[in-house]
Amino acid sequence: MGNKQTIFTDEQLDAYQVILTKPIVVFVGFFSPSRLHGRYHELAPHLVPMDYTKDPDCKLPLALIVNMPELKENPFRNRIVESFSEDGMGNLSFNEFVDMFSVLSEMAPRELKAIYAFKIYDFNVDNYLCKEDLEKTLNKLTKEELTPEEVQLVCEKAIEEADLDGDNKLSFADFENMISRAPDFLSTFHIRI
Amino acid sequence: MRTMKVKMRAPRRRSGGELPVRKKEEKHWTVRRRTVRSRRGRRGKREEERKVQRRRRTVEPRKEMPKEKTKRRRRKKKGRPNSHFFPFSSDSSSSSDEDEESLSEGEMALLMEEVEEKKKLISTIRNKPWRMKRRLTHLKEAQDFVDKFEGALGKGKGRKWYAYKVMMTKKWIKFQRDFENFKTACIPWERKIKEVESHFGSSVASYFIFLRWMYGMNLVMFGFTFGLVVIPEVLMGLPYGSIPRKTVPRAEQATAQDYSVLMDFNGYCKYSVLFYGYYNNQRTIGLLKFRLPLAYLMVGIGTFGYSLMVVIRTMAKNADLGGGDGEDGEFTFAWKMFTSWDYLIGNAETADNKYASITTSFKESIVDEQENQKDENIHLRRFLRVLANVLITCSLGGSGYLIYFVVKRSQEFANRDDLSWYEKNELEIIMSLLGLLCPPLFETIAELEDYHPRIALKWQLGRIFALLLGNLYTFLFALFDEVNTKLEEEQSIKNATILALKEYYANYTRLVNDTEATPPPMNPADVIRGPCWETAVGIEFVKLTVSDIQVTYLTILIGDFARAVIVRFLNYCWCWDLEAGFPSYGEFDISGNVLGLVFNQGMIWMGAFYAPGLVGINVLRLLTSMYYQCWAVMATNVPHERVFKASKSNNFYMGLLLLILFLSLLPVVYTIMTLPPSFDCGPFSGKAKMFDVIIETIDLDLPAFIGTLFGYVANPGLIIPAVLLMVLAIYYLNSVSEAYKNSNLDLKKKMQMARDEEKNRRNNTDSTNEVMKDLEDLLPNRSLAPPAPAPESEKKTSSDPKPMKTKPGAVGKGVPLQKDVALATSNPATRGQVVRQPGPRGPGRGRGRGPPPR
Repeated sequence: MGNKQTIFTDEQLDAYQVILTKPIVVFVGFFSPSRLHGRYHELAPHLVPMDYTKDPDCKLPLALIVNMPELKENPFRNRIVESFSEDGMGNLSFNEFVDMFSVLSEMAPRELKAIYAFKIYDFNVDNYLCKEDLEKTLNKLTKEELTPEEVQLVCEKAIEEADLDGDNKLSFADFENMISRAPDFLSTFHIRI
Repeated sequence: MRTMKVKMRAPRRRSGGELPVRKKEEKHWTVRRRTVRSRRGRRGKREEERKVQRRRRTVEPRKEMPKEKTKRRRRKKKGRPNSHFFPFSSDSSSSSDEDEESLSEGEMALLMEEVEEKKKLISTIRNKPWRMKRRLTHLKEAQDFVDKFEGALGKGKGRKWYAYKVMMTKKWIKFQRDFENFKTACIPWERKIKEVESHFGSSVASYFIFLRWMYGMNLVMFGFTFGLVVIPEVLMGLPYGSIPRKTVPRAEQATAQDYSVLMDFNGYCKYSVLFYGYYNNQRTIGLLKFRLPLAYLMVGIGTFGYSLMVVIRTMAKNADLGGGDGEDGEFTFAWKMFTSWDYLIGNAETADNKYASITTSFKESIVDEQENQKDENIHLRRFLRVLANVLITCSLGGSGYLIYFVVKRSQEFANRDDLSWYEKNELEIIMSLLGLLCPPLFETIAELEDYHPRIALKWQLGRIFALLLGNLYTFLFALFDEVNTKLEEEQSIKNATILALKEYYANYTRLVNDTEATPPPMNPADVIRGPCWETAVGIEFVKLTVSDIQVTYLTILIGDFARAVIVRFLNYCWCWDLEAGFPSYGEFDISGNVLGLVFNQGMIWMGAFYAPGLVGINVLRLLTSMYYQCWAVMATNVPHERVFKASKSNNFYMGLLLLILFLSLLPVVYTIMTLPPSFDCGPFSGKAKMFDVIIETIDLDLPAFIGTLFGYVANPGLIIPAVLLMVLAIYYLNSVSEAYKNSNLDLKKKMQMARDEEKNRRNNTDSTNEVMKDLEDLLPNRSLAPPAPAPESEKKTSSDPKPMKTKPGAVGKGVPLQKDVALATSNPATRGQVVRQPGPRGPGRGRGRGPPPR
C-alpha cells in the first residue's frame, strides 16, 4: 500500500478531502486516496506510476477496470465505467476512478447518485432514456429470459409510469422524480470499496 | 445554480463600460495595497496585481513594464492555464491615492458576497456532478480567491479581528473534517460486513449492521453500569466476607466452588458483584463519599432512559432517510427496472440468484398487470390460510402453557435437594427448545398460505415474536409468583434472624457471665439469611441469557457447520446430490436471528437491574457473536434462493426493539415502585421502597428549598396539569402532522392530475393535428398551446445546438430542465451546461454556457 506521502502530496490529499463525498481516512484499509491508488495500481502495475505528486497522465482501459471484484458481477459494469470516463469510452484516469467510487459510496447525496444512475442507464448517450435504453436495461437485468412481448410490455409500462411530460421517453427530470421516491435506490445504488 | 449566477454576473460587470471598471480596479488596488502593507509583502503584491488584471480583461492594454511581465509570465506557466494576463499599467499602480484608502460600503459588500459565494462553492463542490479535473480546478481557484481577498475585508481595527476569525473558522472546519474522518475510521467491522454484503446482498448484511448498532448501545450501558456501580463497589465498598450479604453461608460453603454450582450461578457467583444482593446499603462509600445506592437506582433508570432515547432517535433518523413512501404503486415497473439490482453484489452465485429473482418478480408483475387476481380456487386458499392461523394459534397457546407448567414444576423442585441435571435446568431447556423448534414449524405451516415472500417474512416475524413474547411473559408471571412466595417467606425469616441474634447475645452473656462485655460480632457466614428475591430474579435472567447463548452457538455449530461439512464431504459417496438435493446447505435465517437478538436485549433490560453483571455478559456475547456469525455465514451458508432487499426493514427491527423495550420496562418499574426490597441484601435494604433512596438524598444532602420544590413538583395539582399539557402537545403535533400528510397527498394528487392533463393534451395534439393546424392558420400570432414559455422554447430549439431540444409535439412543457447537470459524455469539450430556463438569448455571447472559469 505504501506510505501516503510518497504517492500524494498533502495538498492533493487536502483537495481530495474537500471534493469527495465520502470521508477519507488515511488509515490503511479504509476509503482513502492511497488505498484507492493501491487498487488502481494493482490493476495494471506496469502502467500506473507509484508517484502521483505530479499528476501523471495515465489511463486504464475499460477491460481492466470491469474485472475488479466490486464490479465483476454487475450487469451494468461497462456502462458504469463509461459514464465516469471523460472520453465516454471507459478509459479511466485515476481521478475519475476515485470519483466513481466516491459517487457510489453510501455517503454521496441522492441527487448526485441520481445523475450518475441516469447516465448509466442511458445506453445510447442521448440524454434521454428511450425505449431502446429500457430494453437493454431489462435484458441485462433478466439475462434475456423474458419474451420480446413481455419486454415490450414492461418497457411501455415503465415509461408510462414515469414519463411526466408525455414525450414517450424519460428525461432526467422524469427520472429524478421517479428515483427520488424509490425506497431502495439509496441502499442498492452503492458499492463499498 | 448559485455559482453559475455569479459567473453570469461577471461578464456583465466587465462589459459595463470603461469608466466604472477602472474605478473598481483602483478600489481593488487599494485593497491590495493595504493587504500588501499589512501582511503579504512583495510576493502577495504580485498576486494581487494578477487578480486585478484578470478583472479588467476588457480594458485596453497600456504600456507595460517588461520586468514585471516576464516574471508574471514565468508564474503563469505554473498557475492556471485559463487565466489571461494583460500588461500591467504603471500609471494605474502609481495612481492609488491615499484618500481612497478605504473601500466603499457597496464594494465591500460585493467582495464579501463573492468570497461567501466561493466559500459556498468549496463546501458544496463535492455534490456537483462535475468531472474530477473540473472540480479540482474550480476548487483551486475558489481557494485561491478566498485566500487572497479574505484578508482584505474588514476595516481598520476590525481587520485584525476579522483575519483572526477567518483563520479560526478555517482551523475549525479542518478540525471538524478530521474528526469526521476519525469517526468513520472508528466504525468497527466495516470490512467484515462489506464482505458479507457482497456475498449475500443487503438483507443479510442488515442483520450484522443491526448487531453492530446493538453492540454500540450495550457498550454505553456497560460503561454506565460498570463505571458507576460495579467498579466503585469493588474499589471502595466493603470487601468479600465482611458482612453476611457478602459471604457464602456456612451450609453452602462446601460446594460453593464446584463447577456445576458455579455454572448455575450459585455459590461464589451468587455472592459477587454480579448480583444485586452483594451491594451494601451504606449511604456513602469510600473517601469520595460515593452514594452507591443512589447511583444504583439512577443507573437502573438511566439505562432505560438512554435506550429509549437511542432507539427513538435511530428510528427517526431511519424514517428520515427512508426517502419517499414506497407503498403507492405508482412506479412499480420503473422502480423494478432501475432499483432492483443490488450494486453491492460481488459474488457470482448471489448474482445468479438475483437475476432469477428479478426475472420472477417481473413475471409476477406482468401477470398481476394482465389479470389483477388469479381466481384459481380462492376458497381453498382461504380455507388453508385460516387453517394455518388456527394451527399456529394452537401451537402458541401450547407453548405458553408448557412454559407455565414447567415454571410451576420448577418451584416444586426448588424445595427438593435430589435434583438431576435435567430437572435443574428444565425451564431453560424447554424455553430454548421451543425457540428452536417453533420457527421451522411455523415456516412449514406458512407454506400452506402461499404468500409473497416479503409478506411471508413479516408474518413469520410476527408469529415468532408472539411466541417469544408469550414465553417471556409466562416466564415473568411465574417468576412473580415465586417472588411473592419469597416475600412471604422473608417475613418469617426476618423474625427468625432477629430472634437468632438475640439468642446469640443471650448465650454469649450467659457463657461469659459478664453483662458488660460486648460480644464479638457473629461470623457473617452463620447469620440466617432471607431469600433475597432480587438476586433470585437476577440469577434466573442470567441463566436464561447464558443458555440462550449456548443454544444459539450450538445451533450454528451443528445446524449449519456440521450440516455443511456433511453435505460437502459425503457428497462424494452418496446416492443423490446432497448439495443440490435434500439437505443442501443452510440459508442464513434473518428473521430468527434478528428476533433472537431483540429478545436477548429484552432480557438484558429486564435483568440488568437485578444483575449488573448481565450487561457485561451481553457485551461479550455480542462481540463474540459478531465474529462467530460472520465466520459461520461466510463458511457454511448459501445465499437465499430469492434474494430480497432490506428495504426499510431496519426500522422494522427498531420497532420490534422499541416494543420489547416497553414491555421490559413494565415489570422492572413495577417492582421498583411497588415491591418492598429484601431486608438483608442489596443497596436498598432497610427501606420500605426502593425509590426512598431519592427522597432520602433530597432530604439529607440537598438544600432545604430543593426539598420543598420537589414537594411542589410531586404535588398531584401540578402533575395532572403537566400531563394534560403533554397530552395536548401530542394532540397538537399529531394534528399538524396529519395536516402535512393531507397537503402532501393533495400535492401528489395535483401532480398526478397535471401529468394526466399533459398526456391528454399530447394525445389531442397528435390525434387532432389537422384541427390544430386550421386553428393556427386562423390565429397566426397565437399558439393554442397554453403555457407561456412556448415561443421561447421554440426559439431555443431552433437556435441552440445542445441536445436539450424537445420534440415538436411537446412544445412548451413546463418541465424544469434547468438542473445543473452534465449528462452528455459524448462531447468532452462541452464544458458548460444549460443551467437556466430556456429564454431569449442575449445579444452577443451565449450566456447559457458557463463563462470560462476566472
